[in-house]
Amino acid sequence: MSLLEVSGLSRSFGGLKAVDDVGFAAEADRITAVIGPNGAGKSTLFNLISGGLAPDSGRVSFDGSDITRLPPHRVARLGISRTFQAIKISKRMTALENVMIGRHVRSRSGFPSGMLAAPWARAEERSIRDAAMRAIERLGIAEYRDRQAGGLPFGVQRSVELARALAAEPRLLLLDEPASGLNARETRVLAELILGIRGMGIAILVVEHDMSLVMDVSDDVVVLNFGKKIAQGRPREIQSNREVIKIYLGEDDA
Amino acid sequence: MHSALFVQYLVSGLIYGSIYAAVAIGFNIIYNATGIINFAQGEFAMLGGMLVATLSLSVPLWLAVAAAVALTAAAGAAVERVFLRPVARRGVFRMIVTTIGLSIVIREAALLAWGPSVRTVPFFSGNEVSSISAFGAHFSPQVLWVLGATALVVAGLTCFFKFTMMGKAMRGCAADRDGASLCGINPDFMVTVAFALSAGIGAFAGCIVAPLTQTHYGIGAELSIKGFTVAAFGGLGDSMAAVAAGLVLGMLESFSIVFVPEAYKDVVTICVLLALLFVKPSGLFGSRSAIALKDY
Amino acid sequence: MKRLTLKAEGAGRLVPPAILAACAFVLPPLLGAAGAAFLLTQLTMAAYYVLASLGLCALMGYAGQISLGQAGFFAIGGYASAFLCTRDLGPAASAPLARCLDLAGLLVRGADPYGKALLSLAPWLSGLLAVLLAAAVAALIGTPVLRLKGHYLAMATLGFGIVVEKVARGSKALGGADGISAVPGLALWPGLEVTGGRAARSANFTIAWLVLALGILALANLVRSRPGRALRALREGEEAALAMGIDTARYKLNVFVIAAVFAAVAGVLLTHYNGSIGPGEASSTRSVRYVAIVAVGGMDNLVGTLAAGLVLNFLSLRGVFGNYDDAVFGAILILIMLLSPEGKAARAFHSLLPRGKGAPR
Repeated sequence: MSLLEVSGLSRSFGGLKAVDDVGFAAEADRITAVIGPNGAGKSTLFNLISGGLAPDSGRVSFDGSDITRLPPHRVARLGISRTFQAIKISKRMTALENVMIGRHVRSRSGFPSGMLAAPWARAEERSIRDAAMRAIERLGIAEYRDRQAGGLPFGVQRSVELARALAAEPRLLLLDEPASGLNARETRVLAELILGIRGMGIAILVVEHDMSLVMDVSDDVVVLNFGKKIAQGRPREIQSNREVIKIYLGEDDA
Repeated sequence: MHSALFVQYLVSGLIYGSIYAAVAIGFNIIYNATGIINFAQGEFAMLGGMLVATLSLSVPLWLAVAAAVALTAAAGAAVERVFLRPVARRGVFRMIVTTIGLSIVIREAALLAWGPSVRTVPFFSGNEVSSISAFGAHFSPQVLWVLGATALVVAGLTCFFKFTMMGKAMRGCAADRDGASLCGINPDFMVTVAFALSAGIGAFAGCIVAPLTQTHYGIGAELSIKGFTVAAFGGLGDSMAAVAAGLVLGMLESFSIVFVPEAYKDVVTICVLLALLFVKPSGLFGSRSAIALKDY
Repeated sequence: MKRLTLKAEGAGRLVPPAILAACAFVLPPLLGAAGAAFLLTQLTMAAYYVLASLGLCALMGYAGQISLGQAGFFAIGGYASAFLCTRDLGPAASAPLARCLDLAGLLVRGADPYGKALLSLAPWLSGLLAVLLAAAVAALIGTPVLRLKGHYLAMATLGFGIVVEKVARGSKALGGADGISAVPGLALWPGLEVTGGRAARSANFTIAWLVLALGILALANLVRSRPGRALRALREGEEAALAMGIDTARYKLNVFVIAAVFAAVAGVLLTHYNGSIGPGEASSTRSVRYVAIVAVGGMDNLVGTLAAGLVLNFLSLRGVFGNYDDAVFGAILILIMLLSPEGKAARAFHSLLPRGKGAPR
């Protein structure tokens, strides 16, 4: 049984079928990429999995349980973390505080103990801070930790968001166009990071446009077009798949 | 229920429903033009009634009404120009809060100018004791004025928005501000016109109803929230629905005396508002997408 | 403007409460020596009004929700406590419940203004019940109310406040337009009572400012805690907060209830201090005052709200604004909206308003 199983997932907006009967699986220790031209339904698919959108039909199951209609915060608590295509970190908080948010699902102190500054809440704060620092160091952004996130360079902001997702110690990580806006060097660093995360045993599902990144890191590639899955397989196979080439490059004139 | 009593309640419902509808129409005009809710809307109706009460002491009634409406419309335009336009580019939140502050200031200014006592306004035809009898009950001819005026306002507005240049320009701005300005329409000016129009309509309603309900400085707050209830009920932005909703709500409030002590009559309307907001904020006739604030 | 982020040293948040506590003990003798002891009364009342604004600051600044109904919760607290502790249980003294309460020491024997013997609920108990009632009401209406956005939320809370005022004004049992008076003092401890009168003036000032100190300390603690951080994340983007496992609806509701509790506590204590409460405390103009003070303070700035609140309420209570009292607060609100720097108000709320056509993402 795969860690994440998606089957028959469909979602329409008005008359437009954004996601049309899509099914695939993602495993732990593997990187699955979802690619396709603009408008193919990749972001919608992500939102359907992470709980931000409810599907019209179909099923999403995580580690055997049906998570199809769970709201996003419940999905997060089950061990699924995500990043966003347009970086969604808290600009007015420091980098460290942002990553500490990632630990929310792994901590418990609530309003009463927060307001009373109870000793066990303070102890938990220290452990949250430590875990966040570990994620920050892993991403190599320790020097920025006390700076306001909104003022950080773009690439660092991406790293902050990734560190935040990692701090939650997820079992499945959803990355929504993580290379968007990064230059070639930064993309290579990102590739290393992603491979490192896989090495931690985390399953990764990544939506991406950058083909070199996809080909370098993916174990499995799912191709969408107009909401439908048109191909799935290892990167090499996808590269030479005629259907895939056609949708990206158009018909061959010869 | 005795049929005379029934008619009494009905008439009362129509009267109050009309003024709520007028306030609601004012809300809608401003909402369509700016996407904000003007919390001070009820104060314009109050100003209309208070002004006509004072002016009618020195000039003929018809002139007093005209002057009251004109002055309030001018006040509405001034308020927009001085307080709201500078705030407009800083977001919807600031505008809303500014109108909240304005409602307080206008109310206190009225208190200062007119004192806390209730003012009376002469009836348009006849006096306090003249009455028309119909369906077994007696009511004042002013009621016909109220109904007539409401119909006039609705018809007038429909023509204005459909046939006049300015009306069409306003609709254009409401639909697409940038597109309208590309056509040579000045959107800022349209907003000022919207406020003037809203204020004028509110004032007119205040004048017409004042002989029956009397008026004092504090009625604005209640009118605002009831007017908003009506506007929301019909779907924000839809003035035809607002009229229907206004009459319905007026009736509801009027007949609620049967079930609820008089003192709690207003509570009924507000509970309707709360229930409505919780269950179907887009109003009975509105659509989901209309809830999204227009533009900011 | 000082913002209480993690960057402030841990001890930084202790400064305002410490200053308040110091004032609580130092000001009475100081003012007494200066012959200005009469100022203590207004300073005491101002402190309670500020407490209500502080709760609202947490709601508006951190959860990003505007509430025009804070005065409603203030009134629920004050009225409920006044009502419960002025009911004469004498006629029912032999009933089993009354006897249990008596045995538990929850009843007091006093006299009404006409000298008639009264058996009633101990004020501290009525106060506690009143606060619990306010919390329950907040919990009940909070969930549907907080699902609303922008002006719908403002109108709904305004409506709530008006309902409370109308019920207070219209109910004979609650004293109608005159409200409830002859409210006894609230004994916090044998010998320590929240009540009016010159003899208790200094002690009550100390009580009020200590309560205020505790209030701001609790909120400052909250800001720096895990839920406080979650609230700040929520304020900047609900979608991301949800993705990080934060149950945003529940958190917003919690802050709504906390704000209501602050208002209710203030209402209870002020009512027992003044010995009375009237429907005017629930009015929309009062709610606007609370909002204006939070706005002047900087929307999410606890210390700012504290300072602005103490100054403005004190001036208002001293009668400095004369007949223009309410108008001043309305005008202040307008001025702040016109003049305050970009970002404070707008950014906090932009992310929480519904998205419209062409809205910046």
